[in-house]
Amino acid sequence: MIEINGITKRYGNKMAADNVTFTVNAGEIMGFLGPNGAGKSTTLNILTGFLSATEGSAKIDGIDIFEDPIAAKKKIGFLPEQPPLYLDMTVREYLNFVYELKNCRLDRKKHLKEICDVVKITDVADRVIRNLSKGYRQRVGIAQALIGNPPVLIFDEPTVGLDPKQIIEIRNLIKGLGKEHTIILSTHILSEVQAICDRIVVINKGKVVANEKTENIAHAVEGKRRMTYSICGPQNDVLKLIKSITGVTYAEVIGQRDGDSIAYMIESAENIDIRKPLFFALAEKRWPVIGMDVMGMDLEDVFLALIQDRSTKAKTGKGGKN
Amino acid sequence: MLAIYKKELRSYFVSPIGYVYVALFLCVSSLLFTYTTLYSGTCEISVYYTILLYLFAVLIPLLTMRSLSEEKKSKTEQILLTSPVSLFSVIFAKYLAAFTMFAGTLLLSCLNFPVLYVYGEPNTAILFSTTLGILLIGSAFVAIGIFISACTENQLISALLTICAIAATLVLGVLANYVGFTPLRVVLKWISIFDRFYVFTYGYFDLVSLLYYISISVVFLFLTVRVYEKRRWA
Repeated sequence: MIEINGITKRYGNKMAADNVTFTVNAGEIMGFLGPNGAGKSTTLNILTGFLSATEGSAKIDGIDIFEDPIAAKKKIGFLPEQPPLYLDMTVREYLNFVYELKNCRLDRKKHLKEICDVVKITDVADRVIRNLSKGYRQRVGIAQALIGNPPVLIFDEPTVGLDPKQIIEIRNLIKGLGKEHTIILSTHILSEVQAICDRIVVINKGKVVANEKTENIAHAVEGKRRMTYSICGPQNDVLKLIKSITGVTYAEVIGQRDGDSIAYMIESAENIDIRKPLFFALAEKRWPVIGMDVMGMDLEDVFLALIQDRSTKAKTGKGGKN
Repeated sequence: MLAIYKKELRSYFVSPIGYVYVALFLCVSSLLFTYTTLYSGTCEISVYYTILLYLFAVLIPLLTMRSLSEEKKSKTEQILLTSPVSLFSVIFAKYLAAFTMFAGTLLLSCLNFPVLYVYGEPNTAILFSTTLGILLIGSAFVAIGIFISACTENQLISALLTICAIAATLVLGVLANYVGFTPLRVVLKWISIFDRFYVFTYGYFDLVSLLYYISISVVFLFLTVRVYEKRRWA
């Protein structure tokens, strides 16, 4: 549905986007992730035709944004980083304006009513946008993107500056929209991506450093396995025993948990499962394990790892994961 | 395009700026009209329009100063530039809205003219041709104003630069008369927006002048498009 091929944007010597390539399939919600200033907005602005690219091409549903911008723009609903709202209009006036601007052919009353219902702005429809709270303004921005029912929706940091309740509402809204639309969601909030996206593209310093399904993203970086154990037994002896197991690279006491057990954090090398040998060793000493928890790498770790990975790998000349 | 045009016209009247413009224009033009024709006991309107032209330097920036600069500042231009509308139609709609305001108010002020028929015998052809000339000059000034508002995101700077630009084009023609060096004088006169206006005050419908003013409008709208293109490609 969306094909971005080798998009490069240069501002003088600064590379805002460097050979960015990815595709988004129809019906997918893609999380576009990266730290501030990584080139997310630049890429999205190019994709929506607001900026041009120095090199590369971008296609929406097979239509090149540079060759036939008007036809391509018709297929996109875009919510920029700062919602483009005319503060002196009422919500209704604004939506009507956008409806006419996009040259919509749908039944106006019905279409606008549906959108207002979906993003829940029906009760503020006659209020002036200037007087709306940030959360409502954001929703009006989303409503604007939905007008004309475009197959592709692009949201640039839609939940920035909202309170937690609003964030959840907007997320659910986007998730709901994902059933009928292809969505790119740009953000630097990791949990957001984990919660709603099917696929994640990570960008850093203008380059794509990962492009994976959400559930596979953790595998994109080879990490150590990390576990916490709660064990009853003399602290120093237990620690010594744990460290003696082959494959354990690191172990430390986290603290006293319930009753007489003590919690340990254990790291092991990749590809070695220390759980079985550890069990037998502890059983032999008759030190019972009260609790155990395998800590999967969460997105936050993956993200940081990817970003660092890239710079270190670039130095050794191996290139990044893709 | 129609959507942007309608939105622009509306925006003149939800903020005070449209009312201020219309009121100021009608007030000043009526006063000027009274003094230059009725008090002077003449049906000649060329003096009236000549003085009014100078006032355009202050009046027209009121219409154009926020046109594109405000959109840039509030980032609303993003919706215009990412919607399925060509860049030229966005800018042309902006221009057209400002020109509609200008032309509408000018035509309203023409309601003064019937009074002349009560006290004298004005030449109707001159009334028409002079008003047409003023409309054309206004169109050029509006285009210049739109161009300047595209270059900055500060309304005040936009207004000041437009005042300077319009004043400069007006003064250029006057200045030309004092230039001794003939080739330079010819060139200055040729550029001067003012100079071509006199043809209209004689009641002529001069095609060359008409084309001249229309070309200036087109050139500045084209330059405005270039400003946006350049920013896109920067």
